[in-house]
Amino acid sequence: MVRLITHNLLACHVKGCTANNFPLEFKDVQVVLRESEFNPDFLRGFIPKIDWAALTGAARQLGDTSLPDQLPEMLDDDFLKTLHHVLLEIHVEEGIMICPNCKHNYHIANGIPNMLLAEHEIG
Amino acid sequence: MIPTPDLSHLRAEDYEHVYEPAEDTFILLDALEQDAEELTSMRALVSLEIGSGSGCVSSFLSSIIGPSAVLYLCTDINPRACDCSTATGRQNKVPLELVNTSLADNLLARLHKSVDIVLFNPPYVPTVHHEASVAQVNRDIGGSWAGGHDGMQITDRFFPQVDSLLAPHGRFYLVAVAQNNIPHIQQRMQQDYGMGSKVVLQRRAGREHLSVIRFMRIR
Repeated sequence: MVRLITHNLLACHVKGCTANNFPLEFKDVQVVLRESEFNPDFLRGFIPKIDWAALTGAARQLGDTSLPDQLPEMLDDDFLKTLHHVLLEIHVEEGIMICPNCKHNYHIANGIPNMLLAEHEIG
Repeated sequence: MIPTPDLSHLRAEDYEHVYEPAEDTFILLDALEQDAEELTSMRALVSLEIGSGSGCVSSFLSSIIGPSAVLYLCTDINPRACDCSTATGRQNKVPLELVNTSLADNLLARLHKSVDIVLFNPPYVPTVHHEASVAQVNRDIGGSWAGGHDGMQITDRFFPQVDSLLAPHGRFYLVAVAQNNIPHIQQRMQQDYGMGSKVVLQRRAGREHLSVIRFMRIR
């Protein structure tokens, strides 16, 4: 499954591609929504690990503009529910993720990102 | 007693390409169950299983800690194993996040010292070097067991990664067999990465003398 929580953790690792290799850019995506259990404690704990600009940028690429540009100081339930939906309920089933630096294309099929590289691309 | 995950959706055809849970899987489940209290009370946020295969182990971990309390990341180099792990997650109502990659490549940059629980039941069977390398390239069932020299060829590649990933209070569970030279593994992990360890479970299964080693950073 490529949910935005996972997308927020994936960087390109083609040989020599070490700067500006995150976040990967979505292209030609098919998205499915699946409900999941809301856990505010998990979200509060996980927020410090999120790259906020990468998350809001990726959400916009998927057509979701519900998150604010800046992480709010007050983490109320309304905000956490919005975050829950964007991070954990949007599944990218098919599509491509493109490295902003080296333009390597990583394909997503059946919800699984293929991040494997050919021998000559491995650092 | 925590029930073993439901794997009834997996078929004989799946197990032609993906490792079927066996004694080495079950000893890891038992080690996790033995530590259930600490695994729950440590308030983990991120778990990462390397080579998740059928998805049995991470599904089991989620039945200890809860499906929504932790992000359950799994990687496998074998695309069919990624499909099986995803399906096992669905069958057991836990969202396992599969990434088709080698070890934790692609995750190192963003998960520096951020993973609370790392699980690895590696390809530990001693084979010739070439056999283990070819098995990884083939991305099929051979990669789940062929371990090269001392059965440590793949595991050795993961040690620097686990040092980069493991959170300060994190726990790393590794399955090993006697031929892997467990005292030597423990000594190296302490010397090279400052990780203390304990063999938390040992069991004989046929010809294999299986162990689960738990590593934690020495503070």
